[in-house]
Amino acid sequence: MNAPIARLFGVVILLFALLVLFTSRWTVFEASSLNNNTLNVRTLLDELKIKRGRILAADGTVLAKSVPAPGNTWSRTYPTGRLFSQPVGFSIAAKSEAIGLEDSAGADLRGIQTGLSSIFGQLSPRPVGDDVYTTLDPKGQRAAIQALAGMHGSVVALDPSTGAVKVMYANPGYDNNNPPSSNSTTDTTFNRVTQGHYAPGSTFKIVTATAAIDSGMYTPNSVINGNSPITVSGVPLANDGGKSWGPQTLTTAMTYSINTIFAQVAEHVGRGTMTDYMKRFGFYSKPPLDYPSFQLAISQPYVTPTRAYPPASRDEDIGRIGIGEGGLLVTPLQMAMVASAVADGGTLMTPHLIDRVVDQDGRTVRTTNPTVYSHVMKSSTAAEVTRMMEKVVEEGTGTAVQLGGISVAGKTGTAQIGPNGSNLTQPAFVAFAPADHPKIAIAVMIDESNGGFGGSVAAPIAKTVLQTLLADGA
Amino acid sequence: MSARNRELLGLIPASLLVTAGFAGVFIQRSNALSNASLTYGALFLGLCIAAHIFIRFTLPRADPYMFPLVAVLASFGLVMVYRINPTLARQQAQWFVLGLILFAATIILLRDYRKLERYRYIIVLISLGLLVLPRLPGIGYSANGAYLGVRIPGLFVFQPAEFAKIGLVIFLASYLRDTRQVLVQGGRRFLGITFPPLKQFGPVVVIWGLAMATLVVLSDTGSSVMFYGGLLAMLYVATNRLSFVVIGLIAAGIGFWYLGTHIPHIHARVETWLHPLNPTLYHAPLGSYQVANSIFAQAAGGLFGQGFGQAQLTLPGGGPLLPFPQTDMIYAVITDELGLFGAVAVLITYLLFVARGFKVALLARDSFSTLLAVGLSAMFALQVFVIVGGVTRVIPLTGVTLPFISYGGSSIVANLVLLALLLLVSDRARRPE
Repeated sequence: MNAPIARLFGVVILLFALLVLFTSRWTVFEASSLNNNTLNVRTLLDELKIKRGRILAADGTVLAKSVPAPGNTWSRTYPTGRLFSQPVGFSIAAKSEAIGLEDSAGADLRGIQTGLSSIFGQLSPRPVGDDVYTTLDPKGQRAAIQALAGMHGSVVALDPSTGAVKVMYANPGYDNNNPPSSNSTTDTTFNRVTQGHYAPGSTFKIVTATAAIDSGMYTPNSVINGNSPITVSGVPLANDGGKSWGPQTLTTAMTYSINTIFAQVAEHVGRGTMTDYMKRFGFYSKPPLDYPSFQLAISQPYVTPTRAYPPASRDEDIGRIGIGEGGLLVTPLQMAMVASAVADGGTLMTPHLIDRVVDQDGRTVRTTNPTVYSHVMKSSTAAEVTRMMEKVVEEGTGTAVQLGGISVAGKTGTAQIGPNGSNLTQPAFVAFAPADHPKIAIAVMIDESNGGFGGSVAAPIAKTVLQTLLADGA
Repeated sequence: MSARNRELLGLIPASLLVTAGFAGVFIQRSNALSNASLTYGALFLGLCIAAHIFIRFTLPRADPYMFPLVAVLASFGLVMVYRINPTLARQQAQWFVLGLILFAATIILLRDYRKLERYRYIIVLISLGLLVLPRLPGIGYSANGAYLGVRIPGLFVFQPAEFAKIGLVIFLASYLRDTRQVLVQGGRRFLGITFPPLKQFGPVVVIWGLAMATLVVLSDTGSSVMFYGGLLAMLYVATNRLSFVVIGLIAAGIGFWYLGTHIPHIHARVETWLHPLNPTLYHAPLGSYQVANSIFAQAAGGLFGQGFGQAQLTLPGGGPLLPFPQTDMIYAVITDELGLFGAVAVLITYLLFVARGFKVALLARDSFSTLLAVGLSAMFALQVFVIVGGVTRVIPLTGVTLPFISYGGSSIVANLVLLALLLLVSDRARRPE
């Protein structure tokens, strides 16, 4: 009976080889597809076990932290709620959902380890992520929420010399402890500061003036005829109130926001040069913010709300674009970047929300070094545009923002929205201060006003936030 | 070195394993090394040495490797069960002690195990009676649609199939020893295939029928495959006729095909085996959730595993992520935590044990002993194959235990009795004439 026993053992070896083969199949050959299978919740559960780092404001205020949840897991809580919900966003690991910094700083917050540290990391009983310190200023943020007083609109403030985002707030917002459903009528996770498309109106004249002067085609003292109406792209264009200003300098045109002059200037500068300067300011691409890409909108002229003109398209009405109309749609962040570039002597710094990343032992893992996004204009141009913007606040449409003792450079905008003859406007105000040594660049854009102006509705909000930030030593 | 001294040395890895294992679990649990791990290791080593001394006096010539291999498996099982549920591990340790007592009793009472032959019909009747116990109202209970256990409230729960398998092997070994010559010589050739004579083959057919009935009545596919495979293995060794095995396999194939397509509970098992990642099946009650999460757990383990105590077994809400981790799914937990390498190490340990079992069969000097050793070893190997094959999706998943490792009193006690029988055969085989 020896031979059959030997053969029987051979069969047993074959059967066991089959077991080894199939175990290898699951553990090695098909492991990654199994790990990524949508039915497999293990990856998600691993995520729940990570104690994500905190998100903090510049002054150390905790904006997001992890709290223990049942089953050795962690959940997120946001002590400041809707005050910071737009920049911070939220993270619900169990649903694989995250927006805002919770998404864009996810790798830091989760503390993804690589190489050696991941091997030693296995020894630590619980994975812990790093803390993310932001550039956000709680006082400025609070000033924005109070000044908006429930009005739908956006406030965003940058430090022109570094690109640090100091304030990012918009109404309507949401409580990130309890994110709204998509059909909520009162709350939204849509961040108007980076996703909202506003008609910039006359605030865009800063860009037009920059292109005109920096290209050498105009000086602040160039005189242009300000009569109204004129024909732009075959359609009559009138000044506010139909007023004919006669020949005026570019500075005066800026101070009193004379549309017909800026439309002529934009047409004369031409689409190519205008588009070139717009690109330098950051138009035509997603802002380089450390924020989720899906929450960043591009500022440029649009044929329809969803279809953009190709850059420098012959179909564009460049004259109207030059005064912030003609289908031009911008984000408040983009307009703050415009102010920031002028404020910083023509250099646009890359905007950023993350100041530094600190690990659990207090070691700084990473610091955001200010980087130049683009050299938009010569410093002489910047000085001249600054002077023109100061005049707006001193004696023009933006007097409401005068801070007394501190000079402010700004530009109002009051885009007409809604059907012809309606009184609806989108008031906007873009500014920086102090004009001689800028510390804050700000954009305030209001969704809708019944006949309100940039100077009367948006400028006072900018004033409150500027005062708070400057008093805070920003 | 004498056989017994080799056995004693072989116990060292087992006790190291149990100490290191408990240490690992303690470190993971409390981030501090408790000296309880040393206590557990010492207690386990003490039990093993007691058993070793017992073997030294009663079966001095028995195979020296089988007991240490079992000790390695049992200690590993104890650590795994402890990691899953410390309370169950304590019970498992108690079962191990009871198992060792029955192990000793078997060796003392069956010094001449050949007297079992005299009682073969009683043994087979008791075995078959045991098999139907789970179906009896009042004491039987079912799990996942299969009738696997007997519960005597307040006393104990046990799985009769674990004991029935030993009884069936004893019966078949004895019966085939008597009839093997007749089966071979009385066979008729038809179409070039040797068919066994019906008269002598009759009882074997009865066993086949009973195995199938077990399947139908108890829905216990795993035990059915195990019994039938054991029967074929013994028949093959007894007669050296491959044709008998082929005929048996075809008959079983037809039986399984019919049952797989006509009995809903078995059909469902086949479906979940073939399509575990089908979302509808995955979410269905008694669907593929268990099989799918078994292979997900193995994928999470990878080559080297996530480490002791690192496998995710429950959902944060408290529900099971991997159902039955301590019994059916323990191999998936092992693979998750120790990876392919750990799992293969376990399989090799089993293979070594089976190899020693076959070695005992080769050395045995009479047919009954040989067939008994072959049957017990083959049954043991098949049990490992059925459960690990189910967990790794080689075959549909059916509930049998992973011998010595899975949580379960019946399993550990019955398999220790199985070990006792193999050692008895081994000792007699090596005894000088």
